[in-house]
Amino acid sequence: MSDNINARLCHMTLHELHDMLAQGQVSSREITSDVLARIDEVEASVGAYVTVDREGALSGADAADAAIARARRVGDAAEIGAVVGIPVVLKDNVCTRGMRTTCCSKMLEDFVPTYDAAVTARLRAAGAVIVGKANMDEFAMGSTTQTSIFHVTRNPWDPERVPGGSSGGCAAAVAAGEAVAAVGSDTGGSVRQPASFCGVVGLKPTYGRVSRYGVAAFASSLDTVGPVTQDVRDCAIMLNVMAGHDERDSTSAPNAVPDYTEYVERGVEGLKIGIPKEFFGPGMDEGVRTAVERAVHALEGAGAKIVDVSIPLVEHALGVYYLVATAEASSNMARLDGIRYGHRPEGRSGMDVADLMSASRGQGFGMEVKRRIMLGTFVLSAGNIDAFYGRALRSRRLLKEDVERALAQCDCLASPTAPTVAFRFDEEPDDPLAMYLQDIYTTLANLAGVPAISVPCGFADGLPVGLQIMGRMFDEGTLMQVARAVELTSGFDRARPEVGGCVK
Amino acid sequence: MSLSREETARLADLARLSLNDDELARIAHDLAEIIDYMEKLAGIDRADVEPLSHVLNTVNVYRDDRAEPSLSQEEALANAPDRQGEFFRVPRIIDTGEGSEA
Repeated sequence: MSDNINARLCHMTLHELHDMLAQGQVSSREITSDVLARIDEVEASVGAYVTVDREGALSGADAADAAIARARRVGDAAEIGAVVGIPVVLKDNVCTRGMRTTCCSKMLEDFVPTYDAAVTARLRAAGAVIVGKANMDEFAMGSTTQTSIFHVTRNPWDPERVPGGSSGGCAAAVAAGEAVAAVGSDTGGSVRQPASFCGVVGLKPTYGRVSRYGVAAFASSLDTVGPVTQDVRDCAIMLNVMAGHDERDSTSAPNAVPDYTEYVERGVEGLKIGIPKEFFGPGMDEGVRTAVERAVHALEGAGAKIVDVSIPLVEHALGVYYLVATAEASSNMARLDGIRYGHRPEGRSGMDVADLMSASRGQGFGMEVKRRIMLGTFVLSAGNIDAFYGRALRSRRLLKEDVERALAQCDCLASPTAPTVAFRFDEEPDDPLAMYLQDIYTTLANLAGVPAISVPCGFADGLPVGLQIMGRMFDEGTLMQVARAVELTSGFDRARPEVGGCVK
Repeated sequence: MSLSREETARLADLARLSLNDDELARIAHDLAEIIDYMEKLAGIDRADVEPLSHVLNTVNVYRDDRAEPSLSQEEALANAPDRQGEFFRVPRIIDTGEGSEA
């Protein structure tokens, strides 16, 4: 945007910074230094990071500047990669070689990976600058980032409110200018819901679109890795770098990767956008409803055709999700036994190996992780597996068929991302079931495997509201088109919170 | 439904999860509530539906069995909470009648 000339570097979008870098108007060291300065200013009130790697970030910036200078010298400025020299933060469940990766759990408090996750390696190879690691709910199990063992993350729009979760650190960092972009993970809404709460863009790609190699597994048939960015073009740029087949992830899809940025400015003229009526029932805040309805109306004004569709079984998505997710989590978490890595208990005299593992896990995991391991163990145990897990898998197929039927009548589906805006820390329900209702609109995309994006569409009570757009398998391109149209028509206009006494 | 303390403790044992009394009581209560909620699914379940365990149409993926660069022994042991030389150290598994703690 033109009025951004006077903005601080840390508040500019990835694509704006890229253009300035390619034209030699700014160096990556200047950008990275401003992001680090911003971290110094606001981190005490936001708490988005669990690890900041200043030296690594600055040396990465210098390497990027050298590469940019070389390209410019030989007249190849157009060949400078889209994320070269751009400071990014990774959720702390994404392995970074030599940089602590804890999943914000006592279990992995001292874990330093000996290898990079696929997305880390792709970003490094593309020249991105890794600033550090973002706070998250322990092992990505939560919707507020409060189950982290380290500290809470505060919503940059209101420090009394949660940032959402589990990728709350990623969304808060991007909203507060502490990173230009972020990489999160989404198993049931963990990228989209915090993006909605913090007023940024978050994408859950199609299952298999982005390799999960090196990202700590939560629920393997649902887990995805996706970007958190300031705008839709940045989202497309990050997806270009992150997407692609990887033989080290056997669920990675071989489908060709288009240039997602080509979709961004296509507009919505003639696109059919479905409104699933079941998503607009009771339980949604009136402010959220108003913002979402206004955004849908604006899309219609921009030339989209709005059609009513139905996903009759959606009320069951949450139940299916928590059965599948906890069953898979209890299996995945079995590897965390404190033998080859992880927490080893003190005072283990007289323990046998089984006692040692039980003590390691009892001390290493927090309450929410324990609860989910126990629920997963229950639904997979003899006598329960068909009544619970089998039933969930059969219902999951019915839900996927529902989604496919709806998407056969339109190009994508629009709904709120979350039923509320960011809530206050003291409003968090004690009851886990009430907390799980936060995921009511987001889990469906994970169960069906389809891509879904959250884009800011307006405000309710001064807090950002996210619009979720769900698309067909591997059709992230349409999501970019529609999300960009929302950006252009919603009036949100890349608004930024006032935090740390510095406004854009 | 409700879960007895014994049932909950048995699950914790299956999960290799040491839980104190407070945790056992709280989890027993929460699980009962969550499981009741899950019972709603009984209403849509149909025996003729094929379970869906994976959303892509990919089949098993094979690759050539060839050696590739991998972690060195030292790297593989780098995060071991306890080691002895080139081994991960755990309590004795086979009782030889000699001392116990490794």
